[in-house]
Amino acid sequence: MLISTALVLLMTPALGFFYAGLVRSKSSLNTLMMSVGSLGVVGLAWPLLGYSLAFGAGTPGIGGFDHVVLRGVGLEAKGSVPHLLFMAYQGTFAIVTAALISGAIVERVRFVPYLLFITLWSLLVYAPVAHWVWGGGWLSTLGALDFAGGTVVHISAGTAAVVAAVMLGARKDYARQALLPHSVPFTVLGSGLLWFGWFGFNGGSALAANGQAVLAFVNTMFAPAAALTVWIVLDVVRMGKATAVGLATAIVVGLVAITPAAGFVAPVSGIAIGALAAIPSYFGVLWRARTRLDDSLDVVAAHGLGGIVGALLTGVLAQRSWGSPVDGLLFGNPSQLMIQAVAVVVVIAFAAAGTAAILFSLGMIAPIRVAVAEEGIGLDVTQHGEEAYARGEGAVLVLPAGRGPSAHAAR
Amino acid sequence: MKMVVAIVRPERLTAVLEALFQADVRGLTISHVQGHGGEIEHVETYRGTTVKMELSEKIRLEIGVSNHFVEPTIAAILSSARTGEVGDGKIFVVPVERIYRIRTGERDQSAVTPVATTESPDS
Repeated sequence: MLISTALVLLMTPALGFFYAGLVRSKSSLNTLMMSVGSLGVVGLAWPLLGYSLAFGAGTPGIGGFDHVVLRGVGLEAKGSVPHLLFMAYQGTFAIVTAALISGAIVERVRFVPYLLFITLWSLLVYAPVAHWVWGGGWLSTLGALDFAGGTVVHISAGTAAVVAAVMLGARKDYARQALLPHSVPFTVLGSGLLWFGWFGFNGGSALAANGQAVLAFVNTMFAPAAALTVWIVLDVVRMGKATAVGLATAIVVGLVAITPAAGFVAPVSGIAIGALAAIPSYFGVLWRARTRLDDSLDVVAAHGLGGIVGALLTGVLAQRSWGSPVDGLLFGNPSQLMIQAVAVVVVIAFAAAGTAAILFSLGMIAPIRVAVAEEGIGLDVTQHGEEAYARGEGAVLVLPAGRGPSAHAAR
Repeated sequence: MKMVVAIVRPERLTAVLEALFQADVRGLTISHVQGHGGEIEHVETYRGTTVKMELSEKIRLEIGVSNHFVEPTIAAILSSARTGEVGDGKIFVVPVERIYRIRTGERDQSAVTPVATTESPDS
């Protein structure tokens, strides 16, 4: 569990690199910081309040306040792991989920309002949904299957992404000029690190080093492999060439899709899930680029669509003989698919409403978007006073008055 | 024949290129340059090190044009590159002694005439 927690934590900076490679260099640090910032603010909100709202005893709708500021979270066992470790492990999920949303709103958001947004989102949207599915809430009572976060993490983040992209509007240059990735190698590196971290995400969700963890681990290995292969085939058939950005995206899509099913389906079913999930996401990416929706880094196509396909296929392919609590449609339990569909629809509706409410309230207090001129200069300089690739020419050292060589002071 | 050298903001480059292409100016070279034109320096901080960036990123366009293309070229750049803030850049119009098109060996007026209209006598 310790290792899994560390692996999932690594996914957030990995996501930062995945996203930063896809934006223009003038906003690449800002994009990276949108993920890394989540490690701070959501990482702090979680032990203070979020964990209690998600996993404290409460109503079927939301947890209570009995674990606020980690009260009553000690080294006693919770299931098979110490309670404190369980809390930390779940915290890494909250952090990465909030960071996922940033991909839809890159290159146009002021940094501090963004941090407020993801902090509130992790408390008001993520924590209740986590409670419904994993914290003893009403979706778990209903019997919805979500092994490692298809609905909780990916559908909720994908929905928040589309709502935020619509409410904040497109980048000023969107659909007017080509907005190209500035460092595809970063993106590929990020997807590799995400895959590595995802072994903790899915494997660790068994909450023990047992057979189910092995199954989840193996599914996490081969479902993305299937998604990757199908994506290459689609790329080659459509354009005659396979693309690096496409393959990096395919890895994420395969990982997203297998997440809800990882510990519940046979390895061969996992391969089928990865392969099938590539298709709607592939065409989702193509379709989105022709619309006015500036979901800049395709969070909706990768996480939203991938999550929905994964959550529904879990209801089709789950098998009791592979450790699932119930069978899926293909193994004689058609009602499970209906339960999965209910979970998907409810999470989409709740995440959409919650995201819209948070953004609307924040927008009343302060502008969330940067000024148009700042967007032109780039967010690295205007938001952070740093450049990703500073060359240092023409940089004059600013020294405190009365110190340093007079040549500098004279300027 | 003139060489029109323009220094513009990087974020205006797409607009400038569009305006130039609309004015039928098709041959140009760009380079990334840094310079200072009286704009306010921005401050950057890397841990304890604070620096004033005195040079800003700009794009330099070099456009060799025949005489009757000079004014349309200038008009296109003026209208498309302007934001109204300090730092919009400059246009220099420089006389050119000779021009050769390397591919054909043509020189002067015919060397800076768009390829598609080489046959028309008035260019």
